Amino acid sequence: VTPPHPKEIYVDHAATTALRPAALETLERSHAAGYGNASGNHGSARRAKNALEEAREYAAQLIGAERPHDIVFTSGGTESDNLAVVGSALASDQKGIVVSSIEHKAVLESATTLARFGYVTRFVPSDGDGVIHAEAVADLVDADTAVVSVMAANNETGTVEPIEAIAERVRSLNATTAIHSDAVQHFVAKPLNVAQLGIDLVSLSGHKFGGPTGVGLLHVSSSTRLEPVLVGGSQEAGRRPGTSNVAGIAAMVAAMEDVERTRGRFVEAAGVERDAFERTLTEGDPSVTVTANDAERLAHFSHVRIPGVLAETLLIRLDAAGVFAAAGSACQSGAVEPSHVLTAMGMPDDVAKECVRFTFGWDTRRGDGAYAARRVLDTIEALR
Amino acid sequence: MKALVAMSGGVDSSVAAALMLEQGYDVIGVTLKQWEGPNGLMPVSGCCTLSDAEDARRVAAQLDIPYYVLDYVEEFTEAVVKPFAEGYRRGLTPNPCIECNRKVRFTALLDRTEALGCDVLVTGHHARVEERDGVWSLRKAVDGTKDQSYVLHMLDQAGLSKVRLPVGEMTKVRVRECAADLGLRTASKPDSQDICFVTSGDYRDFLRGMIPDMEGGGDVLDLEGSVVGHHGGTAGFTIGQRKGLGVSVGEPRYVVDIGVADQTITIGRYEDLLTDGCSVSEMSFTNEPIADGSHVEVKVRYRSEPVGAVADRDGDLWQFTFDEPQPRPAPGQTLVMYNGDYVLGGGIIVD
Repeated sequence: VTPPHPKEIYVDHAATTALRPAALETLERSHAAGYGNASGNHGSARRAKNALEEAREYAAQLIGAERPHDIVFTSGGTESDNLAVVGSALASDQKGIVVSSIEHKAVLESATTLARFGYVTRFVPSDGDGVIHAEAVADLVDADTAVVSVMAANNETGTVEPIEAIAERVRSLNATTAIHSDAVQHFVAKPLNVAQLGIDLVSLSGHKFGGPTGVGLLHVSSSTRLEPVLVGGSQEAGRRPGTSNVAGIAAMVAAMEDVERTRGRFVEAAGVERDAFERTLTEGDPSVTVTANDAERLAHFSHVRIPGVLAETLLIRLDAAGVFAAAGSACQSGAVEPSHVLTAMGMPDDVAKECVRFTFGWDTRRGDGAYAARRVLDTIEALR
Repeated sequence: MKALVAMSGGVDSSVAAALMLEQGYDVIGVTLKQWEGPNGLMPVSGCCTLSDAEDARRVAAQLDIPYYVLDYVEEFTEAVVKPFAEGYRRGLTPNPCIECNRKVRFTALLDRTEALGCDVLVTGHHARVEERDGVWSLRKAVDGTKDQSYVLHMLDQAGLSKVRLPVGEMTKVRVRECAADLGLRTASKPDSQDICFVTSGDYRDFLRGMIPDMEGGGDVLDLEGSVVGHHGGTAGFTIGQRKGLGVSVGEPRYVVDIGVADQTITIGRYEDLLTDGCSVSEMSFTNEPIADGSHVEVKVRYRSEPVGAVADRDGDLWQFTFDEPQPRPAPGQTLVMYNGDYVLGGGIIVD
């Protein structure tokens, strides 16, 4: 008897997640409605422009922005992060760049690139749970600090950062410093109100919360000066030239609306699966440890270390068992690289190589968490 | 049965993967990421580059097998690249491909094969693995012009029992036909020639980057000890080297000695290069060790015809006495013993 084909369990929602029905419907409707370049001066262009500005207004409302103009649509999280860090540094007379050591590469490499052009880049250390403390940020901020960037939640461990407290401390030290936060992983699981947070620049990426890939936004507060990093057009008030991706933008905003409406239920359901995953796994193998267990974590994130099992090996065996998970961040060839986040948290390399990330999403089925954990336990047993 | 196929992105390993599928194996394809530039990216020129990995990935997709890039940068750097540079600094001529096979591919990757639940490790090498009455042997490839048994001599019984080399049974022409029949994108891809981590095209440039104190230089001497020229550092030279000596005396001269301590290069005529034998360390055998005093055929470089020699054990070393004097082999290179088509074992030439 042939055993049934293993069902596929996708537990890599932090990498990308399924398009929400509301986003898919908007995408299809926009494409079916006809084409139009939102920068033109005729009926077709006006329809596109209207759809674009409607999406901007709605997006501003959804994240508590002061005015629609504060929303700059981009191609995604990486571009938003680059525009925030590089754009605000270029617009400032100050030369100091302060970023946390656990940022996404889009922020880290923006900062290191600026360092090659005469800026002074400093990295804020992390504690052992991946928490960036406001005092540690404050230690590096001075009168010359142009921009501070600390993510809202980490993309590997799911650790939630005290960004409101950080913003307040930075503001008290230097009122002219632009404050940025990459909220790419955060938004799907935590409410976001930029006015209340007091953060100037906030990055979002559509495909991380059920919008299309290739669309994102950057919130830019009215008081923040920003130099564009792409040039050659007046779109997005000159801050991000290039023909507007109206259908993608509208679909992303539809997904944002869906996130806002269903976040409570999502957090509860994802939390149930995550907890079942961790409980099944740690009961089945008490040597397994949960990273950042003492810190506040996003409800859909689980980052675990399995002593004696290389993540690279585990992931290939899980792939064969139909369980799709991830470790660290993949380089351009697809090889699993030692994670700079875990290194910054003080984890030795050989321990970091035994860490795997499981992340749950809006379409995760009930029971997926425990199922994934059992497949991990099967693999551990086969390897020992 | 499950096979792990090491895919370089070349035609041989592409066809090896296809042949294992044909034989009914479940196949996983992997490329080893062995080397990266200071930016952490895979090299874009030379061999084993990002585009080679992309070729391997596309072939794997076409064959509908899972494919992964495995990170072996740390192991490869420690076991292959650093000893390569250190060997040259000490006046040796190391063979990094053999060290990679010995210390990475047929050790770390063989362990990984088991950890991934695979029964055999498959590569695209041109050589044959055979089994008779429970005894495994390593044999030259069907295509003598492509034979790579030399670089696989370190495989012992345990290794041979877990390694499969399906393209060793075919001529290179047939391998390419096979790839073309399957419509594989690598069918007409040229063979790689370079040392995979030397991306600039010249290993001497690479060495200069690895060995900060390599620059320097010293005298080029003749056999009488007279200074006949000047060189830019001994690490750029190998025993038997004829070109690039910067000395013109009207007839060919060869490097016959490298003096690292006093930074001298000694040159002489072809007959001055001849020697009666050499000693070999780190000997390994494909099966049982050969008997002391055996007469065997040996190859002292990758591209040379085997010559007869008597092997005598001398403590940890083995002394080989050639039937006829031979050009002095370069220390650091590998001596491989054959009995006709069959590899008996080999080791590293120390002198």
